[in-house]
Amino acid sequence: MATDDIYILGIYMTKFGKYPDKDTVDLASEAVIAALADAQVTMKDIGVMAAGCLMGQGGIGQMIQKQVGQTGIPVYNVSNACATGATALRTAIMAIKAGECDMGLAVGVEKLAGVGLLGGGGAPKSKNKEWTPSGRFGSVTNVDGLIGTAAMPGTFAQVGMEYGHKYGGATFELFAKISEKNHAHSTLNPLAAYTKRMSLDEIMNDIMISYPNTRPMCSANCDGAAAAVVVSGAKLKTLSLEQQRRAIKVSASILTSDPYQEACQVLPDVNTLTRIAAKQAYEQAGVSPSDLNLVELHDCFATAELVHYDNLMLCEEGGAVDFFNSGATWRDGSMPVNVSGGLESKGHPIAATGIANIWEVCHHLRGEAGPRQIEGAKVGLAHVIGLGSACGIHILEKSAL
Amino acid sequence: MTITQVPLVDYLVLGDSPHLTANECTKCGARYFDRRNACASCFATDFKKVAIANEGIVRSFTIVTFAAPGVPVPFVAAIIDCAGTSVRGNLANVEATPEKVTLGMKVKLTTYSLGADDNGLEAIGFGYEPA
Repeated sequence: MATDDIYILGIYMTKFGKYPDKDTVDLASEAVIAALADAQVTMKDIGVMAAGCLMGQGGIGQMIQKQVGQTGIPVYNVSNACATGATALRTAIMAIKAGECDMGLAVGVEKLAGVGLLGGGGAPKSKNKEWTPSGRFGSVTNVDGLIGTAAMPGTFAQVGMEYGHKYGGATFELFAKISEKNHAHSTLNPLAAYTKRMSLDEIMNDIMISYPNTRPMCSANCDGAAAAVVVSGAKLKTLSLEQQRRAIKVSASILTSDPYQEACQVLPDVNTLTRIAAKQAYEQAGVSPSDLNLVELHDCFATAELVHYDNLMLCEEGGAVDFFNSGATWRDGSMPVNVSGGLESKGHPIAATGIANIWEVCHHLRGEAGPRQIEGAKVGLAHVIGLGSACGIHILEKSAL
Repeated sequence: MTITQVPLVDYLVLGDSPHLTANECTKCGARYFDRRNACASCFATDFKKVAIANEGIVRSFTIVTFAAPGVPVPFVAAIIDCAGTSVRGNLANVEATPEKVTLGMKVKLTTYSLGADDNGLEAIGFGYEPA
């Protein structure tokens, strides 16, 4: 192992679901303590900490330290929409790359069970009914529902439908079949919030939220946390053979924001920044999409999964529909995608998601994924998108030991 | 004459021939519906007002049947390609079903009343109806 490589030494995710008796600090602490145990180190070994809780108040990192160990190290509290967890991980990695320390901790946590629809709405601008222009658009009232939709299910529905307009074949049934796959995968994941297999009929006839996304085609709001310990290659060499054997190499760690595109002001462009991040990640890791044994991508909605097959270059440009219809992305296919069940069934506790997807990939690369193990997995990719936008991609490789 | 109407947003121009306007970057031509401090594409700071075509095609849509409290459903949210400028808006005067709304359908701008406020000022919104 090269001394300037970065490795995941320990990693953990809580079961995703409902925790009425635990707060975010409880969940994050469980993840941190278990990730440290998995790494066989303590807070004393950690030189930097990055933490995220998108919906929480500031200072989550310090709040967690008070429950797991206050050692005086720098804490970076990060916020980057649904890419918050990946941003925390990348922050810890950058500190090690910069030579500030040789071991870092990243943690993401969220409590979202029962919060309902995300995005859109808002209070009336004025208590009295008065049409007074304000804001950057000079609007006289809230425009959600009057000028398109600001809510997430409709926003991502349009992302998928736009792909259909460009390339064809993206029908309601096709998107529902993507959801059917992820719900089927979830039955093997005991940490998923929902583990019920759903038939295509059940999915298509469930409550329509924003055509073509029905309820089971939307990411599940739930509670959860995930944490990871990262270490430099130089430090890893000094650790035990057992730690070296289970360490997972971070072959690429990339974060991008969206470059200007003509339409990005009217519909978030989740494509361009993902494609750029993927290209950078493959170059940095020295791997090609065909080298990947599994992919965890950001299926916040079934309509989003389709476009990311293309953005991550898992298929030919414009070929995502045929690629899915070939069966490639099922767990027994040539390119298993979201074998965890994805955000649609595993759940999407926002700031935890960008570390939980890394946990899933590491689990397979370590050969510890039990009944849902992708046999012989050596290379995997984890992807998240936060609107606004931020895209995090990590490529991970099995230890050579 | 006193003003009796106000547009829902300041990029909707009312009058005899209602249309949308954008702030166009004088250097690279990028168009924005909100006010901008500098161009997100080329960083220049000069903009001029340009009229947006009233006709376009539906490049993407969703039929929203579940929305935030106070937002009436169903409605069709869409992205319209108006001669090369992307516009966000609702579809109007069309049944909100996947049988009636299709990708690539031709639409044109229409306006409608949002009602009067306590001072008698009427707000005017816009949408796109089948052309």
